[in-house]
Amino acid sequence: MVEHRGFSRFVPHIVLCIGVAIIAFPVYLCFVGSTHPQDVTSNGQMPLTPGPIFFETYYKTLFVGSSGSTREPVATMLVNSFIMACVIALGKISISIISAFSVVYFKFPFRMAAFWLIFITLMLPVEVRIYPTYKIAADLNLLDSYAGLTVPLIASATATLFFRQFFMTIPDELVEASKLDGAGPMRFFWDTVLPLSRTNIAALFVILFIYGWNQYLWPILITTRDDMQTIVIGIKKMIVTADALTEWNVVLATAMLAMLPPVTVVVLMQRWFVRGLVETEK
Amino acid sequence: MATVELSSIRKVYPGGVEAVRDVSLVVPNGSFTVLLGPSGCGKSTLLRMIAGLETTTSGECKIGERVVNEVEPADRDIAMVFQNYALYPHMSVYDNMAYGLRNRGTPKAEIDKRVREAASLLAIEDFLSRKPRALSGGQRQRVAMGRAIVREPQVFLFDEPLSNLDAKLRVTMRLEIRRLHNRLNATSIFVTHDQVEAMTLADQVVVMNAGRIEQIGAPGEVYKHPASRFVASFIGAPAMNLMPGKIAEAGIVETPAGRLPYDKNRFHAAGEVEVGIRPEDIHAAGGADGILFTPELAEELGATRLLHGSFGDTPVIIAIPASGTVHEKKEMRLSIDPAAVHLFDKVTGRSLVR
Repeated sequence: MVEHRGFSRFVPHIVLCIGVAIIAFPVYLCFVGSTHPQDVTSNGQMPLTPGPIFFETYYKTLFVGSSGSTREPVATMLVNSFIMACVIALGKISISIISAFSVVYFKFPFRMAAFWLIFITLMLPVEVRIYPTYKIAADLNLLDSYAGLTVPLIASATATLFFRQFFMTIPDELVEASKLDGAGPMRFFWDTVLPLSRTNIAALFVILFIYGWNQYLWPILITTRDDMQTIVIGIKKMIVTADALTEWNVVLATAMLAMLPPVTVVVLMQRWFVRGLVETEK
Repeated sequence: MATVELSSIRKVYPGGVEAVRDVSLVVPNGSFTVLLGPSGCGKSTLLRMIAGLETTTSGECKIGERVVNEVEPADRDIAMVFQNYALYPHMSVYDNMAYGLRNRGTPKAEIDKRVREAASLLAIEDFLSRKPRALSGGQRQRVAMGRAIVREPQVFLFDEPLSNLDAKLRVTMRLEIRRLHNRLNATSIFVTHDQVEAMTLADQVVVMNAGRIEQIGAPGEVYKHPASRFVASFIGAPAMNLMPGKIAEAGIVETPAGRLPYDKNRFHAAGEVEVGIRPEDIHAAGGADGILFTPELAEELGATRLLHGSFGDTPVIIAIPASGTVHEKKEMRLSIDPAAVHLFDKVTGRSLVR
């Protein structure tokens, strides 16, 4: 660590403050915009202090909905997004932890082939396989359903890889000690592997929750009904480009609301998150 | 308690590496047997085969009256202490010890009784609620032993349990393991590459090399009567001096050190041989007679002093009491007791003892 004296002590702070300002200012502006009537924002004279209609806007946004092309209250969208993000995150974690467990701890024919097949899916994100995936989802009647929103996004090579690397750092002696202690593979999984992976699971949950929350392309394809749409889609639909006036206060309030859950998840889990990524103690 | 009997055990790894070649061994009931050898000699593999963690390529492994080749490790009635302790990091000390019993469906009261007994035996009662990471190396080792003790197994297996400890702790734990063995009176098999551990702990030392057993015997026996050149050079610190020799007549061997008498009633030899003499069996001769030795370097060990030098061209180490001063480079005269001369076959390395 370099020790600074005098003026140079403040340089890092100044740099950090500038960074924070660059990130925080648009968010602040978004908040300010959500508290002014739509005509104030629309005429291009954006004020820099919060306006008078904070409660009205947020009430309307959450429970009434905009009068634009989507009339669904944002509360519904929040619920949809939350369900989608949680199911994707938990689904990815459960499937990948099981597949990583089998690849690392069991010897079966074509084990490495199975691993590489999983690995190859890294090269096939939804955007690449969008048509066949959509066709399958449509044929299975998954349009406008939570299953349709989440299942195609769950298979995950990244998380499998992540858990595989972690499992390989668990000492072999622990498996052997479990064998001697009379614990079969499932017992070993529940009693040893799962508790040891707690911090990793938490870290992955944060990453995958945000991944799920930010999904845009897939939900826009798979949902047509307003009551199934997610908040990210909702924002897009509220911005009217044709003849009508965009209700900017509602749009900006929705954007603010859309930010809250991911921020909450990160704030609540950041300790686990950091530990899960850096912890080495076994 | 049980006898462990291995007959013609072999282990060939996929890829053809033969780690254990035709090993037969009896570990008597209640004995403390140490498998000793350099790394890669197959001693750990052998132990792991007894534990059931490695499959046996051929041969038969018997614990007590039962052939256990196909028996799962958990059902072999053994307990093992690993080199890196292998404690479950997320469980408390108590749970670490109780886990195996719980998996076997032992009643709760019984588990509690056994865990507390083992804890008091090992003086770890105060740590029962701690996690392993809050313990020192020595304490972790005790917990690992506690985990083995609560199972009340027929055989204890130790896989180099002391090598992760610092030198001082190793000595204390060594004594403690021996004391524990005397108290529990169970059959123990202990793997180590440290000959001091082997000598101090064992009733029976099994010296292994390249997948084979070189010699089985009591610690004093393998030291005094090594069955092969390998055992002679592996046991004893510093190692036995080995030099080429030629039998001149019965009882006299011609070496770089000159003509040395040997015990012709013990050794039956002719022609070219390998002569072995322990550093501690070479003494300073009183007068001007004796073997000429040129010291080059002295190592002070406190009670003894090691002199590195040579007999003619052959490098030799001798150990002499550390009294008086030694002038390096100053030639001295040495004598060797005929009873301390060992002879080995030049080709096979086996001892030429009758």
